[in-house]
Amino acid sequence: MSLWSRIANVFRNDCLSGEIDEELQSHIEEAVTHGRDPVEARRAFGSPLRQREASRDVKLAVWLDSLRADAVFGWRQLMKRKVTSAAAILSLALAIGACTAAFRLIDAMLWRPLPVSHPERLYVLAQAGIGPGGNWRISESSEYPLFRQLRAAVKDQAELLAISYSSRTDLTYGPDEEMEKAWRQYVSGWMFDSFGLKPAAGRLFTEIDDLTPGAHPVAVLSYDYWTRRFNKNPKAIGRTVRIDSTLYEIVGVAPEGFTGTEPGVGIDIFVPTMMNPYVTRSDASWFRPFVQLKPGVAAQPVLERLRVPFQANQEERSKDFKGRSRSVIANFLHQKLILEPAGSGTSDMQKDYRSALAALGVLVALVLLIACANVANLMMAQAAARAREMALRVSIGAGRWRLVQLVLVESAMLAVLAALVGGWFAWWAAPFVAGRIRPANDPAHLYLPADWRVLAFGLALTLCVTCLFGLAPALRASSVEPAGTLKGGDDPHSRRRTMHSLIALQVAFCFVVLFLAGLFVATSGRLSHQSTGFSSERLLTLDAVAARPQRQALWQQVADRLRAAPGVETVAISAWPLLSGNGSNGFIMLNGVPVNDTLAYFLGVSPGWLDTMRIPFVDGRDFRANDTSPNAAIVNQAFARTYFNGADPVGKWFERPQGTAFARYRIVGLVRDARYRNMREPITPTAYVPLAQSDPKMDPASETFIVRTASANPLALAQFLRRELPRARREFRVSNIRTQQELVEQQTIRERLLAMLGYFFAGVALLLAGIGLYGVLDYSVLQRRREIGIRMAIGAQAGQIARSVTADAFLMVLAGALAGLALGESLARYIASLLYQVKPGDAAMLVYPACLILAAALVAAVPAVIRAVRIDPIATLRQE
Amino acid sequence: MSKTDSLQGSLDLLVLKILSRRPGLHGYAIMTAIKDRSGDVLRAEEGSLYPALHRMEEAGWIRARWITKENGRRSRIYDLTAAGTKQLDAEESRWQEVISAVDRVLRTV
Repeated sequence: MSLWSRIANVFRNDCLSGEIDEELQSHIEEAVTHGRDPVEARRAFGSPLRQREASRDVKLAVWLDSLRADAVFGWRQLMKRKVTSAAAILSLALAIGACTAAFRLIDAMLWRPLPVSHPERLYVLAQAGIGPGGNWRISESSEYPLFRQLRAAVKDQAELLAISYSSRTDLTYGPDEEMEKAWRQYVSGWMFDSFGLKPAAGRLFTEIDDLTPGAHPVAVLSYDYWTRRFNKNPKAIGRTVRIDSTLYEIVGVAPEGFTGTEPGVGIDIFVPTMMNPYVTRSDASWFRPFVQLKPGVAAQPVLERLRVPFQANQEERSKDFKGRSRSVIANFLHQKLILEPAGSGTSDMQKDYRSALAALGVLVALVLLIACANVANLMMAQAAARAREMALRVSIGAGRWRLVQLVLVESAMLAVLAALVGGWFAWWAAPFVAGRIRPANDPAHLYLPADWRVLAFGLALTLCVTCLFGLAPALRASSVEPAGTLKGGDDPHSRRRTMHSLIALQVAFCFVVLFLAGLFVATSGRLSHQSTGFSSERLLTLDAVAARPQRQALWQQVADRLRAAPGVETVAISAWPLLSGNGSNGFIMLNGVPVNDTLAYFLGVSPGWLDTMRIPFVDGRDFRANDTSPNAAIVNQAFARTYFNGADPVGKWFERPQGTAFARYRIVGLVRDARYRNMREPITPTAYVPLAQSDPKMDPASETFIVRTASANPLALAQFLRRELPRARREFRVSNIRTQQELVEQQTIRERLLAMLGYFFAGVALLLAGIGLYGVLDYSVLQRRREIGIRMAIGAQAGQIARSVTADAFLMVLAGALAGLALGESLARYIASLLYQVKPGDAAMLVYPACLILAAALVAAVPAVIRAVRIDPIATLRQE
Repeated sequence: MSKTDSLQGSLDLLVLKILSRRPGLHGYAIMTAIKDRSGDVLRAEEGSLYPALHRMEEAGWIRARWITKENGRRSRIYDLTAAGTKQLDAEESRWQEVISAVDRVLRTV
């Protein structure tokens, strides 16, 4: 009761004082009634004010009472200067909000532990070494027969879990026409148990659901999917779902919050690893092996135990390698097993965005510092105006600490208000940015709750911010010398010096923000203007699937039917679209000998595909209906450069290792380079081969129709074509429709996002730094008006006045810009992987932030200069 | 030695004891009680009595309430709480210890 009542009493202060007074009054009356002299009775009490204070201090928490008084006073101060307070709060709110939003994103993508028991004991087993492409890489993929051996080797120290890469797959709860998309993941049957997960409904897999290849058609839904697709209907359990050609029975729902192990992807449906067709193949890597250490087991010994069977397996596999050069095989054997902590999961998106998010973090931190410097300057200027008040407080007995508290409380109020507005901003901004990490029709799945982690971060940030911009003014306020200040002899220069150095700091940070933003914008621009080598104008890609593998002639029939549709210009077929992320590669051999260690990429295409894509021929001819693979091939110029020293290869033969044999191809045509894999790497050597297979066993069950439409908006035809396909042949259907332009843009989505954020933060930083500079110049003119008046009175020209007012500040801007340049250059090294054809050292990259800052500084200086030259010397001097 | 404030830290004990015998006294009555019972030897000054009362109230040893007297004026009267009874016991035994300790010193030196 005691502390609470004391705290409560703080807020019923007047009432409390009244009660104390009334009690004392009644005492005196009582005394008088008992015959005491009223004057004497009153005197016995001493000063009533002291009495009341003594009793009050007992009755309430003194520290809280002084805080309350400071808060009330601080609020009055803030309300007195509504415009400046609002400006300070808004700029801080923007910065705090941006920081919190960035934290939410970074946390969701990289830091938040998976909702499993003991995430700190979870690792992913990866292989580090030089990959077949010739560059250093860490591969997390593994093959199942090896996984079995590894699991047996460490079964006493750790549990191994196979968890496949997520894939967006077609599935149906009814007939084929009602196919829908869902994220599917193959997982070890014992995964749920090892993760300590309990079903939300039904049951989860166990080890016995994952024993025999192909024999366990059971599925577990994620809670999220169950909610979204079935509205949490318990009847969903027991239903069957068809994926590919297998009918699965839904047996249960995973607990809420668990959506797989890939941050950025929310898994909808889990199936046992034994249902993966590659589970028996030792040449197919399709999952990540996770290692969950048993309690008290160290990672290193487990890794040592895993190395033995791994190395033996590598040796064994390398014996089957045909057509690979000795160095490629040596690299394969030198791959090292490593354990990567995976308590926060692991995903490709995580790897793609790690440095981008770090860059975002740096940007928002810099903007926050700029905003803090701004507010600190503001408070400093106000402290100058309040120097007399502070001096008065000190002279009537306020302690130093009490003054620090007074100013800090005011700062904290600013910070808290800013944090509230900023929290709202972050609440909106984090999902906004998250929605732009992936294309709109397939958004990233990021868990962005406003939980204790975010709140703790926000609180810590607010505290930091309060100290950052509040401490310096507070200490300065507390160190007033009452005698000097009350006489009006404060030293104005020391305060101006602090404000000027804050300006230099602001400009330095602003320069870095502009510089980094410029790099991102330039990168995005270069990538977007990168030529693809083909024309994606009015191009629609229809990923189509057939119920079972179909001969090429049937695919052609469907293409003919589509070609006859109104609004369709041309139709061709390829195995998959360019720049879709798919790819098939292999080494190239001439006369049975590998040419070099460069991988070539292959794409099956129909006759007319090159024409439809507008990839021009340099030499030779297109495929004919009777060309098959292997046999004929059309290669690009990069291919000719890499394997034929740039000579025209038309008419020559090459071989490609295929299983244990070789496939031979005769080059019938040479075409210009076009982008196959992505926009960043140099164009890969590419061989286009006929879709028609010489071996009927190789017939595909999925291909992509490339449709060039007549209308400017190719998507207008999408619905029609989707319906048209099954009409052409019943066993065919469309799985996915995208425009080629969409695929091209998808390649640069991260860069465009960074460029957008760069623009935004550059604008904010420039604005804040400009406001800061304006405030400081304005303040210094106000302070120096006496001096300026005297100068003018003795004949100084307007130009001289302007120079004297702005010289110091511009010196600071220059110093800040130089510091920012050094800082920016040293930071740029860490974001090199995000840049494309942009050198941080380029003069252009440095000139434009400098110009922008200079321009902003000039604009910010104008009002102060005008104010300075308009000073009327007579009026000013008479005032004093 | 002045009579005033010669309570030497025993004010709490006296107030609690008086309230335990006669509940529902106001400040003035407590003051007079201390004066009368001690045969005019001890006096609680207003300046220390009220802060002490308020302190003990905050500590939860005594409880205060307002009553209205016949003349319409309000008066604040105090009662002992359970915690106060316990505190009284503790203070009493501590006082006895001090007394006997002082006694011992006086006898032996």
